[in-house]
Amino acid sequence: MTLDRVPRIVTSRIGYEDSYTLERFLATGGYDGLRKALSMSPGEVSAEVNTASLLGRGGAGFPAGRKWSMLRAAPTTYLVVNGDESEPATFKDHLLLERDPHQLIEGVMIAAYAIGAAQVFIFIRGEMALGIERVTQALNEAYEYGAVGRNVLGSSFSVDVVVHPGAGAYICGEETALLESLEGKRGFPRIKPPYFPAAIGLYGEPTVVNNVETMSNLPWIVLNGGAAFAALGSGSSTGTRLFALSGRVNNPGVFELEMAKTTFRDLIFDKSLGNGIIDGKALKAFIPGGVSAPWFSPDQVDIHLDQDEVGKAGSMLGSGSVVVMDETTCALRAAWRITKFFWRESCGQCTPCREGSGWLEKTLWRIENGEGSEEELDMLMDVCDNLAPGLTWPPQQTTICVLGPSIPSSIASAIRMFRDELLVHVKEGRCPFA
Amino acid sequence: MTHLSEEMITHARQLVSLYPEPRSALIPICHLAQEQDGWLRPEAIEEIAAIVGVSPAEVFGTASFYDLLHTEPVGRYVVSICTNIACMLAGAYDLLDHAEKNLGIKAGGTTPDGLFTLEDAECIADCDNAPCLQVNGRYFGKLTRAEFDKLVEDLRACELAEQVPTHGTLCRVRRSVGLAARDSGGDIHPGTGGEPERSSSAGGGSASESEKGGVAGSGTAGTSQPARRSRRGKK
Ligand SMILES: Cc1cc2nc3c(=O)[nH]c(=O)nc-3n(C[C@H](O)[C@H](O)[C@H](O)COP(=O)(O)O)c2cc1C
Ligand code: SF4
Ligand code: FES
Repeated sequence: MTLDRVPRIVTSRIGYEDSYTLERFLATGGYDGLRKALSMSPGEVSAEVNTASLLGRGGAGFPAGRKWSMLRAAPTTYLVVNGDESEPATFKDHLLLERDPHQLIEGVMIAAYAIGAAQVFIFIRGEMALGIERVTQALNEAYEYGAVGRNVLGSSFSVDVVVHPGAGAYICGEETALLESLEGKRGFPRIKPPYFPAAIGLYGEPTVVNNVETMSNLPWIVLNGGAAFAALGSGSSTGTRLFALSGRVNNPGVFELEMAKTTFRDLIFDKSLGNGIIDGKALKAFIPGGVSAPWFSPDQVDIHLDQDEVGKAGSMLGSGSVVVMDETTCALRAAWRITKFFWRESCGQCTPCREGSGWLEKTLWRIENGEGSEEELDMLMDVCDNLAPGLTWPPQQTTICVLGPSIPSSIASAIRMFRDELLVHVKEGRCPFA
Repeated sequence: MTHLSEEMITHARQLVSLYPEPRSALIPICHLAQEQDGWLRPEAIEEIAAIVGVSPAEVFGTASFYDLLHTEPVGRYVVSICTNIACMLAGAYDLLDHAEKNLGIKAGGTTPDGLFTLEDAECIADCDNAPCLQVNGRYFGKLTRAEFDKLVEDLRACELAEQVPTHGTLCRVRRSVGLAARDSGGDIHPGTGGEPERSSSAGGGSASESEKGGVAGSGTAGTSQPARRSRRGKK
């Protein structure tokens, strides 16, 4: 695999110690994309993004250009950037926020110009103190430099950007919960329809919500053209993407890879990437796109990091986070911990999610500790089926948001792939990995 | 006399001015109150309610939804050990056990001297440094037991004051400008937020003033190195 041929679109400055400063940013082409965008019409900027076929990097993978075009015509339109990043094992936006805040601001300004936003809010997860400080500092610098605020870079375009700190709630990553939180309320996802805040969003006004990484791609797309971006990757998976690799690998980290060209095998085993499994152990299973996603088995490592290909194989590329489990990993314990997360983070509005998650967590914990029975494995599947009827992927929706129907992913994966191993817990009355 | 300091109230008003609706500033102002007190005191909640124009019960009800907003006192240092999937696979529960023994408290508890609160946390988005933790939102990764002990020692001896502010301080960089675009005459902000504070000691003011005013607050954080450990000390 020839990784060095791949252009670095969003991580070009990460190698510099001072990557987050205005000086470094300007010395490496910073704000040139915004300057170019302002010389074009908003429609031309949107057209480039459409040509790029930039898919949202927040998890759902919806084309950014198409989302923008769905905006209801109204005098006031908002742009909200989703920097809540709390999906377990996802840590790519963390890198972008801390290491290249000006790139994010530049992307945000390009998008604000394209959609004619009245104001922009950058919502950053409250746990990311340094990220919040870096973006706030960069924003102060950008105002002073003239890249944000009144008459941006000497043009007639004016818009304000506000950094909004979160306060610790995974559910606020769900875009309608995020908007509620931004309105100063509890992070309760809103009932759909409307399916997109583009119709009714912040304060009831049309709103675009896009992920931090999605925004960070825009300067490059404007400078190099949508076609150059679309030339990378294949099919609907264009450009590059950040993949966050964690778990039982020698070299966990965030890697920018060309979409659809790299396989999970490359990501996990290539020397320049994951560099194989710790102590040379055997791969047991891996999660291809965040803990909401169904797991893959070792015989699926040759699937490409391609949204469609992963989707056809029954899972999702989701937030781009890959978790590696090896032969020393207890699948049941992994499923339990993921379920515990959902239980703690369920907002509590919907009964199947609120009650189901707690019941599933307790039952998994009991089986893990050797106090379960074989029938309980079937009961687990039955409760999972209540949360996501048919246990298909993507799941059937029974609740206000997809947090609830995502809970069965890890449980059903563990039971389907490792039923025998789970039964050992029942038969031996203990966890064989403990 | 208000409970929140004059500086905090001035800054809170500046925050309100940044949003089309005052209520949007509720959570950011709660963070400010925690910066002053370490947690959300009832007196602070009353004043926040008055500033954003809702009832104290609504502030309390909103704040109680969020993990980072504390309606009960917490330690000076909140140590949040991630035990989610990537960290669990790197031995996070062993680290948590060890931390409980070291601090003499269970996860969720606070030491009697009020110095440490220990939390069994969800993923803090630093999974390549597993097992990792945060102290008051600042990262420490790839921690061995010995390194954890050293960290606690350093915190006790106040040797990490630069890196780790006391609990509640989220952002040491203050916004230095108000809403410039709204001032430009075009009515693009139909909100009710009002004008930015121009006399703010926290650096509030319009963009034209910002050319003179730098970043108020300590301002050092934005230029300091990330508060996380390097890859050394791998187990
Ligand atoms: C439970 C839940 C959590 C989510 N968390 C995040 C998140 O942390 N960051 C994010 O960008 N999107 C998250 N999303 C997806 C957002 O709802 C939304 O699709 C995304 O921010 C849109 O941006 P994009 O089109 O640029 O990807 C989450 C969705 C759900 C259902
Ligand atoms: S599915 Fe769960 S998290 Fe989503 S709205 Fe319902 S209760 Fe809340
Ligand atoms: S799982 Fe521990 S930081 Fe992500």
